[in-house]
Amino acid sequence: MITLERVSKTYGSGGRAVQALEDIDLTVPKGTIHGVIGLSGAGKSTLIRCVNLLERPSAGRVFVDGQELTALNPAQLRQARHQCGMIFQHFNLLTNRSVYDNVALPLELMRESRGAIRERVMPLLELTGLADKARQYPAELSGGQKQRVAIARALASRPKVLLCDEATSALDPQTTTSILSLLQEINQQLGLTILLITHEMEVVKSICHRVGLISDGRLVEEADVGDFFTAPATRLGREFLNDFLELEPPQALVERLEAEAGAHTHPVVRLTFSGDSVSTPLISRLAREHGIDVSILQAKVESIQGRTLGLMIAELMGSAEQTRQALATLESFDLHVEVLGHVQRTD
Amino acid sequence: MSSALIDLVWQSTLETLYMVAVSSLIAALLGVPLGVLLYVTRPRQILAQPVINGLLGVITNVGRSIPFIILLVAIIPFTRMIVGSSIGTNAAAVPLTIAAIPFVARLVEGALNEVSPGLVEAAQSMGATPMQIILKVLLPEARGGIINGLTITVVALVSYSAMAGAVGGGGLGDLGIRYGYNRFNPTVMLITVVVLVVMVQLFQSLGDYLVRKSDHK
Repeated sequence: MITLERVSKTYGSGGRAVQALEDIDLTVPKGTIHGVIGLSGAGKSTLIRCVNLLERPSAGRVFVDGQELTALNPAQLRQARHQCGMIFQHFNLLTNRSVYDNVALPLELMRESRGAIRERVMPLLELTGLADKARQYPAELSGGQKQRVAIARALASRPKVLLCDEATSALDPQTTTSILSLLQEINQQLGLTILLITHEMEVVKSICHRVGLISDGRLVEEADVGDFFTAPATRLGREFLNDFLELEPPQALVERLEAEAGAHTHPVVRLTFSGDSVSTPLISRLAREHGIDVSILQAKVESIQGRTLGLMIAELMGSAEQTRQALATLESFDLHVEVLGHVQRTD
Repeated sequence: MSSALIDLVWQSTLETLYMVAVSSLIAALLGVPLGVLLYVTRPRQILAQPVINGLLGVITNVGRSIPFIILLVAIIPFTRMIVGSSIGTNAAAVPLTIAAIPFVARLVEGALNEVSPGLVEAAQSMGATPMQIILKVLLPEARGGIINGLTITVVALVSYSAMAGAVGGGGLGDLGIRYGYNRFNPTVMLITVVVLVVMVQLFQSLGDYLVRKSDHK
């Protein structure tokens, strides 16, 4: 439904040129929700603006629903934009228009008749739960309600694609959840293809099917959401995951950690396990087969798109040989082992 | 106070209102589009035309920098061409209008600049043409600011119109100078000032009311 082909975007020229996007290839199949996550300044906003050509790529081609947008003249492009609804972080509602008139705007731009507009707007207000707010103005609404108006407005021209630019970043967690479930509903009921950009893993986890990770204008990783959350392929992906799961070793432990193993140290490891390894009784096996004690410092289990993800920070207490063997055993399983450092024995 | 004086004040008040009304109306009709042009032709705007923008900017600045009393006499040939005479109330309305157009234009440009660029972007994402963006987004969203700017213009025109006496335009300012100052009649001076103060107050209140009513921010 959406295809970006080797899309690059450079701002400025000569020595001061800034490369915002570099060789982006991205395909979003019909009916899927695709997330792009990245830190601020990574190029997310530019990327999503290149899809409906609010930003024109310096190089590369953009296709939406089989039509090459980058090959259209301005009038054709305006026509094609009716296929792409867009919602924004700060909603971008017209303050001097009522809720009803905001949702009607895209239809007015398409020169629809008053009757046709009415027939389209009312069901959309029902869908987004705003039927009783039709005569109110945006200033009288909460952030979540404003984003609902924006969603209704984006759907008015019956688009095939919905672009979401940090749509929940200005909302509190509860409102975020309700907006995300509305987006999911729209995706399922209307079969709408959604491309969203965000810096929040929560958003990706709750509604995305696939996710891309963007860093310095490049897509560095792309995966199904289940895979991304259980085994991110890149270091940045892992950082996002650890931040999201808040699985950083406690401060007191960090202060005791030493980079090198010593004569009297124990390793501290971070284990990420998914799939089958979650149900394997690893800890008791380590104790039984290698005769070591495992002190669990932190642990967490998450369920992501029907897949279970376990995380644990643990100190392996045993002799150097025992812990070396234990680590080898751990690595033979389907899990990710990361040695965070070593702590002096206290026993 | 003699009835002759009351008549005189009433007559002058009507002259002032006439000059201000005519010049405000025409200045709004020409100044708002000029303000829109100044804004939309800016670099990176929806109809970016840096050369035209620079040119319009210079013209506007020249118009704004000429002292009104000089403009009043400098454009006498032009005034004669437009209204057929270089003296009288109509003749004074011409330079008032000319002075107000760039004033309105800059205030409108400023009001449009307050419209969030996100709104323009949203309209573009809906496939709006530049004309639709101007008519359906920029002007309605800047409505409060534009009304505010027009109020400032009307008040400024009330004050400028006091100089209209220089070309025989009449009005309250003229009355104050001729009777109050030249003939040493402080009562007349006081009356004209009070009437002007009340007039400005009324215009300002009306403007504020319209801003409140039209703006849902």
